Amino acid sequence: MLHSFRLIITLFKKDILLEFRQQYSFYGVLLYVASTIFVLYMAMGQPENRVWNGLFWMMQLFICVNAVAKTFLQEGKGRQLYFYSLCSPVHFMLARMIFNAALMLLMNLISLLLFILLLGSPLAHPYVFLGISCFGACSISLVFSFLAAIAARAQQNAALMAILGFPLIIPQLMLMMRLSTLAFSDVFQSGLVSIVLLLACFDIMVVLLSVILFPFLWKD
Amino acid sequence: MPYPIFVCRKEPAFLPPLIYLMLRKNWWKILSSIFLIYTFTAGFLGSVPIKPILNETIRNLYFHVAMWFGMMIFFMVSVVYSIKYLRHNKPSADIYAMEYARTGIVFGLLGLITGSVWAKYTWGDFWSNDPKQLGAAIALLIYLAYFVLRNSLTDMDKSARISAVYNVFAFAMLFPTIWIIPRLVESLHPGGMGNPALDTKDIDSRMRLIFWFGAIPGWTLLGVWISSLRIRLHIYSLNQEHHV
Repeated sequence: MLHSFRLIITLFKKDILLEFRQQYSFYGVLLYVASTIFVLYMAMGQPENRVWNGLFWMMQLFICVNAVAKTFLQEGKGRQLYFYSLCSPVHFMLARMIFNAALMLLMNLISLLLFILLLGSPLAHPYVFLGISCFGACSISLVFSFLAAIAARAQQNAALMAILGFPLIIPQLMLMMRLSTLAFSDVFQSGLVSIVLLLACFDIMVVLLSVILFPFLWKD
Repeated sequence: MPYPIFVCRKEPAFLPPLIYLMLRKNWWKILSSIFLIYTFTAGFLGSVPIKPILNETIRNLYFHVAMWFGMMIFFMVSVVYSIKYLRHNKPSADIYAMEYARTGIVFGLLGLITGSVWAKYTWGDFWSNDPKQLGAAIALLIYLAYFVLRNSLTDMDKSARISAVYNVFAFAMLFPTIWIIPRLVESLHPGGMGNPALDTKDIDSRMRLIFWFGAIPGWTLLGVWISSLRIRLHIYSLNQEHHV
């Protein structure tokens, strides 16, 4: 148990190290975030609450597709074979999921900051929204980590990831949007606790499924 | 002649003979036809309880609802074969999974169309973002994506394995979806929010008889029939390629 935990940490560190070595791709995603939000600002100005919320979550979705796809798709066949000989697929996948969640958290913070700067801040409770958006970013990144693993096997195609992922992510995204209405006003809606529990269960299920299914993707 | 219909030149080497035999039985095909003839005659001519707004559209129960039952059954069968494929690596299981998913999509599309037409006359619009409609649309998108994924891979073994993985993942994600969405969007659909559905007080025993012992088995068996024909065609064409 402890051993595998240490392995996962090592793999996670390796991912971070790689990210530092290849900074251009990280800055690429960062620039993607900034320019998309700038385009939104040019197009919408400072929208009302509902539109703000919807745009923010759609933005998260697109950032996730780009950021997460990058980690799997930039790996060549040779390097994958190398990892294959070094560690077990379960450890590899878990480390990758942790890394993607961390990456998405960072992107989420940056995009939230840019949103507030450019599109205005309709939030009554910014810290609540911060918490919800971090939770949401992690959930989305978990699902897309696995889909990126599938897409990486299929002709390294990033568009494929969107096709596979968007229908699957709809319920989670809808739940997130519903949940984040909490941060816009003082009106308390019932059933929000059950939504949080539902999302947590969803995340656990995604992690379990990935752990079970990833070994099948791995061997070639 | 033990199997009067469709005698293949040579039985494919990779198919287990038992499944191959089951494909060629006749009795359930006859049964399916009888069920469907019963559904159509009794469904269109028989009396139905008169309900406000629903009126005669209640007959859609025999067609629309049966399509959804069929779709869910075929998607489940498809996933079972995908799991089988992952466990035993038999190419035939992959063909089964694919063809059942295809039939499921056809049934889903028909269910969506029959439902929309029904909604036009009862809710006033073809599409009104009802949770059932959303769930159906999501399910169809997921399974269409499954076929895009399949076709994007040229290597047969790889395509089978990766699409089987996606099939299992997507199916496991689909079920919570169907469960979650009704909690987010209000529904007008029968069976939700106190609207009439398959309860005893809403449909009489006659309707229930036609539904459970006519429409559901009839349409499901028809779907199995369609799938088995497609499976045979697929295997046949694979064998042809093999022999050339």
